[in-house]
Amino acid sequence: MNFHQMWEIASSPDNVPIVALLFLVPFYCWYAFRQALANDRLIEKLEADPAAAKTAHRKTQPYHPKWEREVHTWPYLMRMELVAAILVTALLMVWSITLNAPLEEPSNPNVTMNPAKAPWYFLGLQEMLVYFDPWIAGVVMPTLIIVGLLAIPYIDENPLGNGYYTYKQRKFAIWTFMFGFIGLWVVMIVIGTFIRGPGWMWFWPGQTWDASRVEFAVNRNLDQVFGVDGTWIAMLLPAAHKAYAPILARTIFGIFPLVIYFLVAGYAMFRVMTWTPFARKIFQRMTLLQILTTNIVMVFMLSLPIKILLRLLLRIKYVWVTPWFSV
Amino acid sequence: MPEDNGEEKKTGLLDRVRSDVKTLTDTVKEKGKEEINALKEPEKTQLYRSVFRVKHDEEPRNRALSVLSNVFFHLHPAKVNRDATKYNFTWGMGGITFYLFVVLTFTGVLLMFYYHPSKVQAFRDILYLENDVPFGKLLRNMHRWAAHLMIIAVWLHMFRVFLTGSYKRPREFNWCVGVLLMVLTMLLSFTGYLLPDDQLGFWAVTVGTNMGRATPLLGSEGPFGAQLGMTPYNDVRFALLGGSIVDANALLRAYIWHCIAIPLIAAILMAVHFWRVRKDGGISGPAPVMLESEIKDERKPRPVVLKPSGMQ
Repeated sequence: MNFHQMWEIASSPDNVPIVALLFLVPFYCWYAFRQALANDRLIEKLEADPAAAKTAHRKTQPYHPKWEREVHTWPYLMRMELVAAILVTALLMVWSITLNAPLEEPSNPNVTMNPAKAPWYFLGLQEMLVYFDPWIAGVVMPTLIIVGLLAIPYIDENPLGNGYYTYKQRKFAIWTFMFGFIGLWVVMIVIGTFIRGPGWMWFWPGQTWDASRVEFAVNRNLDQVFGVDGTWIAMLLPAAHKAYAPILARTIFGIFPLVIYFLVAGYAMFRVMTWTPFARKIFQRMTLLQILTTNIVMVFMLSLPIKILLRLLLRIKYVWVTPWFSV
Repeated sequence: MPEDNGEEKKTGLLDRVRSDVKTLTDTVKEKGKEEINALKEPEKTQLYRSVFRVKHDEEPRNRALSVLSNVFFHLHPAKVNRDATKYNFTWGMGGITFYLFVVLTFTGVLLMFYYHPSKVQAFRDILYLENDVPFGKLLRNMHRWAAHLMIIAVWLHMFRVFLTGSYKRPREFNWCVGVLLMVLTMLLSFTGYLLPDDQLGFWAVTVGTNMGRATPLLGSEGPFGAQLGMTPYNDVRFALLGGSIVDANALLRAYIWHCIAIPLIAAILMAVHFWRVRKDGGISGPAPVMLESEIKDERKPRPVVLKPSGMQ
């Protein structure tokens, strides 16, 4: 175990935010779910007793019938804001005095940094470059993330859980978001920071970052696994174009796994969307456009872990190889 | 007589001095007390009232006025949900994000005094800042760490808004504004990364913009880019960098996006964001819990684009 290496990565000033995320994200998850479960218990109690539900105070916050429902912004909210501003300023001061912003050598196009890493908040995208070509990892996926986020309020047809923490009433939405935010975004950033060393190679925590390490490229494409070489198509082509047969065969072959993936994953996501009786009830409320959007966004989300598994377990690089692009 | 006179004068003078001193000390004591008492209630002083115009006795009307009649505070409603003032619902992340934006604007403007966005000077300016400018190092550190913190705060804010379902009707559009603001925050940070013109920023931006080369249709190495006549000298990456490599033009573009364009766009969107928080009925909660049995019209699907806001 190379603890020195670990410490060097974790204590690098620019990585402090990621170390902070490692604590902040679990803390706020716990903080949110503690309130969600408290609300869920209240909901269960009220659902069991419809008569009480009509008169009960429907919050888990402390309550007294004599208290006003609203309080003055000044001073009750603004003093909190002042305290928050002071605490943040103090934190920033301490942070800025103790840790210096990194400054490397002057920029030099002739000397490549190894590893050349993007800013930490884009490391998820850079890590995605291992599994997808740049046009997917760097352009299509970020666009889909933004579009997917923008679509959330318009595809979530569940009217419950508006303005309070709950898990029970929004299982599907919460699982999907946690999977995307923590599983696909935060975890990828952590991998990009702590695991990826020189040459963007995989180094386990504690393994020495060895710049001279060589990895043998054992990756194959799916058509090579299936031995697609275009012999059948060559027989159909005129003699002058027989050389194109392997390319044509690969291009045609690759469409099938993709279509199969979209069908299977689409169906699987449909099953997820209609898993519980409550989910089916919400599904009934959704319009066709909402169902399709939800389904497609989820199929694309799922494609990342699928591709990671294909790559890391089965050593498959591309599923679909064409002369213009590869997937 | 002259002696008497003298004595009289003497006693008169002494008495007068004595009585003057007494009056003075009494006055100082009295006025000092008054002054100190005034300090206990600064809001009653002329100075305070000249600045804040409105009397601030602690009565409901004045508490409301203190918010409504102040240009900076009137973004708030006069009253808020009693439970919303506690930390546990909002985590304060939206407010902290905005505060960090203010901190970044402040430190950023100070940094601009010492920075020239040119290949010749940019890196030297950073060295100058770090070594010679009083508190220059602190200034740069604060700007960088506040930027990192702002990104974390934005993410946690979005996380909280999602978990409380606050994007649901009628707040759909404000969620979208928020998503755009998050993207802008990350772009702000990214464009700032290049400005020190060191190896770290140079290669990070090189890696980042190389992805632009792979844009479908618009990038020279993207799918069908070459077929559409895209080369490294006319594709979308060229537009971003103002050249085919990360060089002087890229530095200037990053600088202008970072210091002028994106902050302006973000400020406009922030205005919309805050305004919509108010117009959509304040922050979403903590709201009373709703029960499954209370869902209305279970089978009445309507097209999203035609569904009027506020309908359940």
